[in-house]
Amino acid sequence: MTDIQHHISDELLDDYRAGALPHAFSVVVAAHLSLCDDCRARQEARDMIGGALLAGAETAQLGTDARARIMAALDTPAPAPAPRGSGVFPAPVMAELGGRPPRWRMLGGGIRQQILSADREGSLRLLYIPPGKAVPEHGHRGLELTLVLQGSFADSEGAFRRGDVETAHDDIDHQPIAGPGEPCICLAATDAPLRFHAMLPSLLQPIFRI
Amino acid sequence: MSVKVETPVTTELSDLSRDLIAVRDQRDRAAFGRLFDHFAPRLKSMLLRGGLTDGSAEDVVQDVMLAVWHKAAQFDPHRADAAGWIYGIARNRRIDMARRKPLSQPEEMPDLPSLDPDAGQVLALQQEASHLAAALARLAPEQADALRAAYFDDIPHSRISEITGLPLGTIKSRIRLGLDRLRHELRSIAP
Ligand SMILES: [Zn+2]
Repeated sequence: MTDIQHHISDELLDDYRAGALPHAFSVVVAAHLSLCDDCRARQEARDMIGGALLAGAETAQLGTDARARIMAALDTPAPAPAPRGSGVFPAPVMAELGGRPPRWRMLGGGIRQQILSADREGSLRLLYIPPGKAVPEHGHRGLELTLVLQGSFADSEGAFRRGDVETAHDDIDHQPIAGPGEPCICLAATDAPLRFHAMLPSLLQPIFRI
Repeated sequence: MSVKVETPVTTELSDLSRDLIAVRDQRDRAAFGRLFDHFAPRLKSMLLRGGLTDGSAEDVVQDVMLAVWHKAAQFDPHRADAAGWIYGIARNRRIDMARRKPLSQPEEMPDLPSLDPDAGQVLALQQEASHLAAALARLAPEQADALRAAYFDDIPHSRISEITGLPLGTIKSRIRLGLDRLRHELRSIAP
């Protein structure tokens, strides 16, 4: 846990907390928080600020039956616990997968993908990249977050391992290559609509990008 | 979870955190009632301040406090005090009301934080919590306002910028300076 090198920015963390991120990005942030004790502590520290302000907040008059209502509700059954993570997939990713293992779609070159969600606000997908292969062309125009769940990749921004998240704006011309060893599995969110040229195998090779 | 023997660690806790641990470990209804009496009127005022109607605010207070009862097993005094932990539940509940999809949540922490309490860490964290309000009060007003907007009213930075008419960069730097200042103040009271 402690060897995570690439974290989420304050702005992303605060936007996540405020519910202001598109769904795809909020899943990446939640997945990073599931793996990164440092960022979880940052999140908890912000809640403690909220707590201190709550403790000092004014009080509002409650309805006369409020206390009776809550005490009567304590005997209701607890809601089902949140789904847990499984294998390399932390709980928020398992939730997107509907609790089932990924159903990969082959993209060629041994690369696999599963789209988890896609709408006007952005898309979220899992990628599976064999060692030494290039991560498919993202075709992103805005912000892109990529969280490593297994294996590693490297590009001009550095090396990324399990738990690391790469924050790329469209000004970064990066071409991530999966590291040696285990296949790289990552969770990628972008706010641009999915572009399907990435599915053409010939474009997956870095040489064609020159 | 099995019934816990009282450990010396709990003597370092605020009354509220101790009540929350009694709820967690003994399902203590009297302790829960005290938490409700303390937090429910404050949560309601926070929700009214956020623009909810009186009726919705009452309902959300009920939801939040019921979640406190059901999720108490996850409260870990190494990581939060009662106020911060309850605030976090309220933040999520309020945000989910405004979203199409519920906010994606991190993996829950394993339910065994209390089995081996680290008295030093609990003490340090709870002391920080108890000094936080005073440290916030000593901030420059514009930093305190920015932190309140970001971490109590849960307004995104870009929206704070719109509301105040100040550039986004100014909002970000006030939040950053405010956090740095808090960190510095809390470090100076560390045992
Ligand atoms: Zn992190």
